[in-house]
Amino acid sequence: MGVLTTRRSSGPATPPAPGRHAKPDDLTWRAKLRRDWPLLVMNLPMLLVVVGFWWVPALGNVIAFQDYNPYTGGIVESPIIGFTNFALLFQDPQFIRAIANTLSITAFQLVFYFPVPILLALLLNSIVSARLRAFVQGVVYMPFFFSWVLVVAIFQQMFGGAGLLAQILRENGHEGVDWMTNSDTFILLITSQTIWKDAGWGAIIFLAALSTIDPNLYEAAAVDGARRWRRMWHITLPGLRPVIVLLLILRLGDALNVGFEQFMLQRSAVGSEASEVFDTFVYWSGIRTGDLGYGAAAGLFKGLVGLLLIVAANRVAHAFGERGVYSRS
Amino acid sequence: MTALTTGRRRRPSHLAPWEERPSPVGRFGKGTLIVVILVVVLGPLYTIVLTSLSSSATVTRAGGLVLVPDGITLEAYRQIFSDTVVSRAILVSTGVTVVGTLISAGVSVLGAYSLSRPGSFLHRPLLFSVLLMFVFFPGIIPVYLMVSGLGLKDSYWSLILPTAVSAFNVVVLRSFFMNIPGEILDSARIDGAGEFRILFRIVLPMSKAVTAVVAMFYAVGYWNAWFNAMLYMDDTRRWPLALILRQYVVDSNPLPAATAGVTGDAPPTLAIKMAIVVIAVIPALVMYPLVQRHFTKGVIVGAVKG
Repeated sequence: MGVLTTRRSSGPATPPAPGRHAKPDDLTWRAKLRRDWPLLVMNLPMLLVVVGFWWVPALGNVIAFQDYNPYTGGIVESPIIGFTNFALLFQDPQFIRAIANTLSITAFQLVFYFPVPILLALLLNSIVSARLRAFVQGVVYMPFFFSWVLVVAIFQQMFGGAGLLAQILRENGHEGVDWMTNSDTFILLITSQTIWKDAGWGAIIFLAALSTIDPNLYEAAAVDGARRWRRMWHITLPGLRPVIVLLLILRLGDALNVGFEQFMLQRSAVGSEASEVFDTFVYWSGIRTGDLGYGAAAGLFKGLVGLLLIVAANRVAHAFGERGVYSRS
Repeated sequence: MTALTTGRRRRPSHLAPWEERPSPVGRFGKGTLIVVILVVVLGPLYTIVLTSLSSSATVTRAGGLVLVPDGITLEAYRQIFSDTVVSRAILVSTGVTVVGTLISAGVSVLGAYSLSRPGSFLHRPLLFSVLLMFVFFPGIIPVYLMVSGLGLKDSYWSLILPTAVSAFNVVVLRSFFMNIPGEILDSARIDGAGEFRILFRIVLPMSKAVTAVVAMFYAVGYWNAWFNAMLYMDDTRRWPLALILRQYVVDSNPLPAATAGVTGDAPPTLAIKMAIVVIAVIPALVMYPLVQRHFTKGVIVGAVKG
């Protein structure tokens, strides 16, 4: 997933693209500006959005170090209290719970969600009829485009107290179930929601990797007497390994993000015990209870640890010879 | 998985000469698995659509969601569109989606093109400022304060501007633009074309597919967005559909500012709830086939693989 590679901008290794602005670095900045001002004009709208909704808020995180009060002091006059907010965070059992829940959900989904797109890709890849395969692909990609509100609404209609499952159970003389408010099974619920919504889409990258495996390998293996499962084990899985390793590393780098709206939407139904994660904690402690500096401290903590994890994950990816999310160029 | 019964001796044409014939058990297992997957995805949608098209008598008889069709009626939809709250929300969502997508796609195409030329003036810092968005999120609260500080609370712009630029989409567009052979652009430049003309006359027409996919991602994002509206929209008359869906369908709460109509004091009927769900799904279902062929063409995967 080298989406961030800055290929042509890469350093001395790559010579400047032939024909495109010969000797770009010999020009003075004035000459460059004279030549490139239309590009700056084009960049301006994006720059405004990025500055307004990324840079300024990113710097606005100073309120995490303040006893911030929007009415009496604002960001300029609120007293600086150093790391007090952060110290308080680690004495807050709810924050510890948010960390524990986030990490256990990540670990759980690594085991029970992560393999699903791989298996699905193997299944799709083994469908011989092109039309049937296109149809099944079309169906399983679709829920990716549904919103979380919709997915929650659909799951509620299926597994909620008044849902289809409870309805069928009651008709057959059993007791109804309500999985939407059960905090014990919450982790199963959100994992099945994630599988339903995202697994199909997640299979795309593995399908792409499968299509790059040289078919001659299969033939040679078959000639040598390898049956179906041995070919899968010795050719298909090694062919997928680089992608699997890369996505695994990236998922670990993103370990603090377990989904956002999914938890916001269901926190009140199952209670905060099971469903509190970083993002819900930031929202409830900061915006709901009005302690904005405290919430911002939690958000900043998450952002910075997340940053470290991503950088570390990319180091590991590079060490494995992969490109990672960004390459150093 | 062709169900065609080939003769025992004849080898199915799709099998390579060295490939063994699939075992009946294997074929049965695979077929069952595929059917189960299709039912898991399509089953809920089927019963939801069917319930939304059923009369309240049918829903009562079924005791909830309708599985077997028993008379089709558009009554629920008629009620929704005669009700000011829900139909206004549909209008709000549509407006935000259309305006937001135009702005986002426009800003991203311009921005991506401006970043597609290494060595240009301020190229690296400008690129860096976009790439930083990948690795660090400033946090919910500072963004919230920024939006409130700009006086955008309860304004439709609060649903558009904070999410107007997705770094991912910009990078996808940029890597596509960079793969356009430089000779083409240079020849245009020699002929005296400016950057804007090059972008709109040469680069964009060559990038229709990727631009369509990016625009669709933005559109789906705007249509689906719930959290920003929850955060910034206190005025229920300005609620988009996602908030109605949460409040009214998931939580079964009557809408606070409800005027007379279906969303008044009476608890919502199941058929109306399901009709709202269907309306919320429709745009995704309509846009999806339009761009789906580009997925298979490899626009996304190609872009993702860099």
